[in-house]
Amino acid sequence: MDLTLKIWRQANATAKGKFETYTVKNISPDSSFLEMLDILNQQLIEDNIATPVCFDHDCREGICGMCGLYINGRAHGPDKGVTTCQLHMRKFKDGDTIVIEPWRAKPFPIIKDLVVDRTAFDKIIAAGGYVSVNTGGIPDANAIPISKKDADTAMDAAACIGCGACVASCKNASAMLFVAAKVSQFAHLPQGKVEAKERVKNMVSKMDEVGFGNCTNTGACEAECPKEISILHIAKLNREFFAAKIC
Amino acid sequence: MSNVFTFSIGKKLVMALMGLFLCAFLVVHLGINLALIFSSTTEAFNKAAHFMGTNPVVKAMEIGLFGGIFLHILYAAILTLKNWIARPVGYKIGNNQQTSFFSKYMVHTAVIVAIFLVLHLFDFYVKAKFQHGFVNDVVYDGKTYHDLGTLVLERFKIGWVVVVYVIALLGLGFHLIHGFQSAFQTMGLNHPVYTPIIKAVGYIYSVAVTLGFIAIPVAVYFFK
Ligand code: HEM
Ligand code: FES
Repeated sequence: MDLTLKIWRQANATAKGKFETYTVKNISPDSSFLEMLDILNQQLIEDNIATPVCFDHDCREGICGMCGLYINGRAHGPDKGVTTCQLHMRKFKDGDTIVIEPWRAKPFPIIKDLVVDRTAFDKIIAAGGYVSVNTGGIPDANAIPISKKDADTAMDAAACIGCGACVASCKNASAMLFVAAKVSQFAHLPQGKVEAKERVKNMVSKMDEVGFGNCTNTGACEAECPKEISILHIAKLNREFFAAKIC
Repeated sequence: MSNVFTFSIGKKLVMALMGLFLCAFLVVHLGINLALIFSSTTEAFNKAAHFMGTNPVVKAMEIGLFGGIFLHILYAAILTLKNWIARPVGYKIGNNQQTSFFSKYMVHTAVIVAIFLVLHLFDFYVKAKFQHGFVNDVVYDGKTYHDLGTLVLERFKIGWVVVVYVIALLGLGFHLIHGFQSAFQTMGLNHPVYTPIIKAVGYIYSVAVTLGFIAIPVAVYFFK
């Protein structure tokens, strides 16, 4: 496959960026999207065309949440339920032009090219996305009964890898699906109930503080989430919030 | 309760509750207005309008209604502004397919409805309340009423007024199709079985209310 790539290039956080156009040839349809970018970078270095394009990645198997490119107007590209690293070139056609942009949100400032700083998510987690336990002997796995339904729902929420596709694809740059996944995961488990009220207040407050937008229930986040997390969890977050603040 | 409104979700809750309150108001408003086109005289409408204008319970509700509109618009403005600030640099190719259709135009339809609201209030409400020179009196069974019905009929004989009303009401309809079901999600009410029902009810409600309101100026223009 021969492709034309329009890629956002930005030297550093404060530099003014712009789109650059590159071409790659003989790309196998079986290669992954990131492998295609590796080939581009190899070519940029060898032919002395430009500095390599920076993009985030780590596991390349869809579990770490590091990768995240905005491809042709879609977070993680055209495939459903996969991260950018799991996207394959067979989803494109020979001769296609592919526009590659970084996540765009004020709380996700660009570090370089396609790499954004997602510490805003870490700050939200630090505000309450955990369960405090005293360390000690390993507790018996079945000492606390948890219904299958709750365990499943919590597991669905726990699938969130914090990649930020929800923020990137939301027209309001809202982080509600991310916060909802974390709050809902704990709220469904007995271990999480102890700190539930403080958790939801602190996480929502931090989410507002770091500058994410507000959910208007557009549904874009659940459609683009590589882990297909449902906005049912956002409703759960809202309920948890009202229970903590009003009741 | 204390500072729930300082949180984004708290503001959204107020918007949702006020939005649904406005949805309930629209039903009452439409019910009374339909009296105009389904009856040959303006008597039923004038009597209903008199009741709505004088009954103490309704008057108290009216304060709630204006407060509700104010809060809905205030929080909509604050949240929307924050949403714009949250993405200072947009995409070259925006996400269009994944965002639900009607949710994309909430701000646009809101502005249409807000401008319309001002025009509409000056059209009838201000005249009925404060500018009695514009309104004639009629007497039914020895009691004097303002002939607001005739005021409306005369207004809707003007072509451009009808066109403005129809456009604005379509805007309102668009706003409600997303707004009605969205309010339930905001209140935390999402359920695999009941949410599709809420969405269907919201859709039917929005279409019915929109067509009902549109029918009034159109019917007056062509048939009265
Ligand atoms: C009769 C008039 C109106 C009714 C019945 C109504 C109803 C609603 C409802 C039920 C919602 C959903 C709330 C939620 O999702 O939590 C909503 C959202 C909204 N309304 Fe209204 N509204 C009306 C007028 C207005 C006006 C005049 C404005 C502003 C000038 C406005 C601005 C908004 C905005 C910006 C949203 C949020 C958009 C979104 O969720 O995407 N509305 N409205
Ligand atoms: S690189 Fe780990 S999820 Fe894509």
